[in-house]
Amino acid sequence: MVTLARRLIACLDVRDGRVVKGVNFEGLRDAGDPAALAARYNDEGIDEIVVLDVAATLERRLALRQTVAAVAARLFIPLAVGGGIRTLEDAAAVIDAGADKVSVNTAALADPSLITRIADRFGSQAVVVAIDAVRAGDRFVVSSHSGRVPTSWGAVAWAREAEARGAGEILLTSIDADGTQQGFDCVLTAAASTAVSIPVIASGGAGSPEHFAEVFTAGFADAALAASVFHDRACSVRSIKQFLSDRAIPVRL
Amino acid sequence: MIALVDYGAGNLASVRKALGAIGAQVTEPRSPDGLREATGIIVPGVGHFGATSSLDQDWRDAVLDAIGAGTPLLGICLGMQWLFEGSDEAPDTPGLGVLSGRITRLLGGCPEGTRVKVPHVGWNRLEMAPSDTRPRPDSASPPLLAGIPPGSYMYFTHAYAAPITDACAARTVHGQAFAAAVERGRVWGVQFHPEKSGPVGLSVLANFARAASTNAGRGAGGRSRW
Repeated sequence: MVTLARRLIACLDVRDGRVVKGVNFEGLRDAGDPAALAARYNDEGIDEIVVLDVAATLERRLALRQTVAAVAARLFIPLAVGGGIRTLEDAAAVIDAGADKVSVNTAALADPSLITRIADRFGSQAVVVAIDAVRAGDRFVVSSHSGRVPTSWGAVAWAREAEARGAGEILLTSIDADGTQQGFDCVLTAAASTAVSIPVIASGGAGSPEHFAEVFTAGFADAALAASVFHDRACSVRSIKQFLSDRAIPVRL
Repeated sequence: MIALVDYGAGNLASVRKALGAIGAQVTEPRSPDGLREATGIIVPGVGHFGATSSLDQDWRDAVLDAIGAGTPLLGICLGMQWLFEGSDEAPDTPGLGVLSGRITRLLGGCPEGTRVKVPHVGWNRLEMAPSDTRPRPDSASPPLLAGIPPGSYMYFTHAYAAPITDACAARTVHGQAFAAAVERGRVWGVQFHPEKSGPVGLSVLANFARAASTNAGRGAGGRSRW
């Protein structure tokens, strides 16, 4: 019997200290205060929080550290932070501010040795490699720079490469599904999750409890991340977990 | 005062924050001598077993002296693994050896048609050891796990794990059963991260802080419990 719970992760896309949310990575709108939202999700039984700085620039890095510190202050569950992590020093700064894990994306594509360097310093459990994938026919193409720049990597190949270089988890986002609330891309998720031995977090498209059940069964996801569905109170963390538990999917209730 | 041992392996800030939340007084001694004043010692840690090599002979001696004096000690994750004889993750780095057995890698793979990923990351359940196999058969539950309901979910992140021995107070299953909590006298270890396991995790730390506070005033030279 499997007792390891499937995780529900709330993502806070942060810009200038506020939570924002868009559709297909476009059209950002305000969704609240990061620390207040994190506290609410924690009370509702969320398993983990991810803070992603969606407009990370050099001058905003200090603001991100303040946001991370504010979110971490009263949080006693895992916290991952990403967005604009370009160097080992950037990773160290957010970990120092209270993050347990850092998520790297564009910088790891540009220089995959970054994955290994962060893993060597903080351990593999501290390195999440975020992969943004777009469907192109029957392929899934990895893109960088918040989904704007296509790369030559296929999603499964890059996930394997990231694992080989020391990633502890993969955060896999379907850009096509992101923000649509029409369901996760279970084909993409299953392809990556069955190709690596490290956990894969599915992201993009959550809109209903059924979507979570699908991605944990057909998608073989180890965890599922969502933003809008939680921010809009479309369904509560607890109601989704109850739905999953009723279907014999192990969750922490 | 609980001494947090800093050997550069990660999660010190999280443990400090969690201890602050339960009202425990914490110190971070710069040298092994600082352990003499402590009423409790926590060895945190996360990551590679090789990192424990930073705990040199002076630290090892100071920790062993404190254990001998009856000072409660809690090892967390890597800090728990360090209590054993050694680990396959870093064969040349000896553990402290106060618990017998060796740390080995989780097997993973697909036993009985299930998919078991390694590292083991996420929330998993504690199964309390049956009372007749526990090292403390006279008490209802180990003091560290007092009030923790069986089946409680704790947050784990590790690829190597401790064997089930007579020191095992609670186990967890991920493809195989491993020791999730160990106890020998006033030495405890947890493979999970109580500082990241929500309210139930904070309860474990509070139990340890209580053991440390009842130790206050015993002073150095207190009788060893084991």
